[in-house]
Amino acid sequence: MSSELGAHSHLFHRDDYGKKMGMWLFLFTEVLLFGGLFIVYAVYRFKNHEAFHEGSSELNVIVGALNTVILLTSSLTVALSITAIQLGNRKKAIDLIMITIALAFAFLVNKYFEWNLKYEHGLFPGMEHYKQLSRGESQFFNLYFFMTGLHAVHIIVGGIFLLVVAQGIKKGTINQGNYIYLENAGLYWHLVDVIWIYLFPLFYLII
Amino acid sequence: MSEEHSTHVVSYKFNIIIWLDLLIFTLITIEIAQFDLLALTVIVALIVASIKTFLVGSYFMHLKFENQFLQRTVVGVALLFVAVLILLFSDYLV
Repeated sequence: MSSELGAHSHLFHRDDYGKKMGMWLFLFTEVLLFGGLFIVYAVYRFKNHEAFHEGSSELNVIVGALNTVILLTSSLTVALSITAIQLGNRKKAIDLIMITIALAFAFLVNKYFEWNLKYEHGLFPGMEHYKQLSRGESQFFNLYFFMTGLHAVHIIVGGIFLLVVAQGIKKGTINQGNYIYLENAGLYWHLVDVIWIYLFPLFYLII
Repeated sequence: MSEEHSTHVVSYKFNIIIWLDLLIFTLITIEIAQFDLLALTVIVALIVASIKTFLVGSYFMHLKFENQFLQRTVVGVALLFVAVLILLFSDYLV
């Protein structure tokens, strides 16, 4: 047991396994949330194959690939920060979390420019050009904006979660003997990464 | 209390190797998408994405070092979703 827990630690029941299980149960509901959307995607795509191909060609593969690399790298830095805290290196853990948050920000900036370009082309729900799209293409862009938008919200939430954890490490409440909150923030972050792993080929790489 | 933690430490180096694998698989997805394999294109993309998910889940999310109950629950949820997809397409494709 680590000394940071203090003399009173035996008075409190700490259940790290329960906390981790709780996080996983929450992740399952996230899988079902996005899973439902992926099912809608599968059906619409099956019915409008050509339109989805047309819609996909409007998206920039390089920007999508760049965001994939950014997210994979941010997943690495979170994983490394857990290794750092396990080895007792708190400063390194905080630095790695801050790099992760910077990468999350870079992802969102990329996304902003991407959406902005669509907006300038009139390809945003409710705009003139958008209304002239075929039914299949508007289904593609509805799903594109909704799914990447919902994903971006998760990036923001995950970033805030990580920032709170970084504060905890700084204060010492999260440390080598008690780092379940860092693990849970990491689990959430990796799930957001996994969702993007599927979003990228399904929206950007359609033949 | 330490026994409540999964104490397995994944080394810095091993994490970086997993990251490199993930980058290679990303490159493979992009390259394969250049070829028109008809219906296979989606299948291949999903298989590569699932390999990447397996790597992230096993090592970054430490599932490989968790207890069996958690591992089986995660696999169960994944299979549930795959079953829903199969049932969906058994309806559409036939």
